[in-house]
Amino acid sequence: MRDVVGLALIFGGLFFVLVSALGLVRFPDFYTRSHALGKSDTLGTILVLGGLAVYGGLTLSSLKLLLILIFVGLGNPTATHALTRAALRSRHEIWSRREGGKKE
Amino acid sequence: MTALLLGVALVIALLTVVPVFRIVAGPTIYDRVLGVGLMGTNAILLLVLVGYIYDRIDMFVDLAVAYAILNFVGVVVVAKYLERRGET
Repeated sequence: MRDVVGLALIFGGLFFVLVSALGLVRFPDFYTRSHALGKSDTLGTILVLGGLAVYGGLTLSSLKLLLILIFVGLGNPTATHALTRAALRSRHEIWSRREGGKKE
Repeated sequence: MTALLLGVALVIALLTVVPVFRIVAGPTIYDRVLGVGLMGTNAILLLVLVGYIYDRIDMFVDLAVAYAILNFVGVVVVAKYLERRGET
């Protein structure tokens, strides 16, 4: 039973990691790509690590896995936020779909 | 069971190639830092998955903890540097 739940979480997380890699390539601008990294990659990592922790059962390493899970869940969006603020501060222009918008 | 984990690890390993395209083609330096950040996150997942596949869970989970912290600090430090560089 525990394996099934763990595997379901792992494959769910794998889907989000896939989507974030796709988003990193397909999105037209840096600010949209930072969404792909900050949000869906964090969720993918949380789900995969959660699935492995469930699959591993009640051991010390599962506790450490939960530690990584919390750290990535808090740290990854923070890092992406710092990067996006740096881009905004140094006047990195924002792409727009209107006539002026060129695809970067 | 480990075959399924190996499959997941292979898919994530193949996904690590995608940010290399973004790092090479990325128009601005910020895109390149994004690509590096995504590779770091994939590396954490690969470390833990390999740990579970080869039943050396304790060693690889510790590696993953260290690498998660390293990756986070790296992206923030580069962001701080790029922020200050823009003003000069």
